[in-house]
Amino acid sequence: MGVREIAAEEITSTIRRLCIEANTILGDEVVEALKKGLEQEESKTGKDIFRQLLDNAKIAKQEGIPLCQDTGMVVVFIEMGQDIHIVHGGLNQSINEGVRQGYRDGYLRASSLDPLVRKNFGDNTPAIIHVEIVPGDKLKLTVVPKGFGGENMSRVVLLTPASGMEGIKEFVLQTVEKAGANPCPPVIVGVGIGGTLEKAAFIAKKSLLRPIGQRHPDHQIAILEQELLDKINRLGIGPQGLGGNVTALDVHIETYPTHIAGLPIVVNLQCNCHRHKEAVL
Amino acid sequence: MPETISINTPLTDEILKDLKTGDSVLISGVIYSARDAAHKRLVELISKGEKLPFEIKGQIVYYVGPTPPGPGMIIGSAGPTSGYRMDAYAPILIAEGLKGMIGKGMRNQKVKEAIKRHRAVYFAATGGAGALISKTIKKTEIVAYEDLGTEAIRRMHVKDFPTIVVNDIYGNDLYLQGKRRYRKTG
Ligand code: SF4
Repeated sequence: MGVREIAAEEITSTIRRLCIEANTILGDEVVEALKKGLEQEESKTGKDIFRQLLDNAKIAKQEGIPLCQDTGMVVVFIEMGQDIHIVHGGLNQSINEGVRQGYRDGYLRASSLDPLVRKNFGDNTPAIIHVEIVPGDKLKLTVVPKGFGGENMSRVVLLTPASGMEGIKEFVLQTVEKAGANPCPPVIVGVGIGGTLEKAAFIAKKSLLRPIGQRHPDHQIAILEQELLDKINRLGIGPQGLGGNVTALDVHIETYPTHIAGLPIVVNLQCNCHRHKEAVL
Repeated sequence: MPETISINTPLTDEILKDLKTGDSVLISGVIYSARDAAHKRLVELISKGEKLPFEIKGQIVYYVGPTPPGPGMIIGSAGPTSGYRMDAYAPILIAEGLKGMIGKGMRNQKVKEAIKRHRAVYFAATGGAGALISKTIKKTEIVAYEDLGTEAIRRMHVKDFPTIVVNDIYGNDLYLQGKRRYRKTG
């Protein structure tokens, strides 16, 4: 197979568009999950919140107003075919330029800053860029504006193998319980089990991209997802933490082989404003 | 039973005594936006004995950092940010006469005590409903700290801004009580 060329400008304009769309148009899958949540929720206040979130999605889409004022830090997942050659510029630069343009032209909030000096850069760059090289000649770009209500309540633990399945379950439940209202429930709970410290975090975050309601293909993991979802929804936290039986819309677990001595776990919480948008070039 | 109540700012004792945990409250009138950086500056002024950039007595502060307004818009998306980050500052503002806070998420014990002692209220707005909430903000003007950008203090004129009472003057907390009510585990 020959090498396919993709121009850096095309990546920039695609990222620009994805940033704006992700922030103003809630995906159908999330809207459906909110409608289902509205039906299942027992609390009156909780139902009101689901209605507000559904109305919010309508207003945002119709008027082009961001769904949420925290337009996030931009996480970009890239699956890059090994037969691609990017021309007229670098991959990272073209992505960051797309973020810069999208956040400026879409009137989105710039939140990125130096972690120590804490002076806002004003353009929401740099993005957090994850590149995976895959077979083929396609370039898949997924933009996830990640709000920090959910990010701040996420947790990592390096359990001992002896903690086993019970340790995993307890950690996931504790994380959701401790987070309470802060990650703007109903949440989606991304769990990464195994690998190394950073691998667990990566697969936890990437698991959030799986459509809500879709179970893991591995039967045992699928059962664990369902069990945790049921348990989380019995905690009573509810929409916005004001009490109710729909605290999570879903639990997604991904695993990766790990070391004989270890059991890394990361729980990455995603708020109700579950923004992600992808394109394939 | 929780009620739906419409109120006008500023908050008086008369209004506050009727606001109970769980009530839905539609707020109209003036509220002030302030989040992390603005709180830090306000508290510094108080510690130096200097005058605040707005009269805080009876007022409501809204924890928000809106998106920039698009062309022809008054304000961008404007939902609440987490209240706990303002916990270090809130009791000082409450002691100065602040009567209401709008945010999301549980407050610490010191804030809850200050709320009860000085008779104030903490309201929750819906995180993730920034577009919907922006429609209830009819006019804004910057009052102070323009250099803080999204974190500047803005005077906001609101109409039927939707909130729920979390902490009332009677010492109740909806985050604790709501969870207890719907919990189905041991
Ligand atoms: S956690 Fe999500 S919904 Fe809540 S304020 Fe942040 S981005 Fe918005």
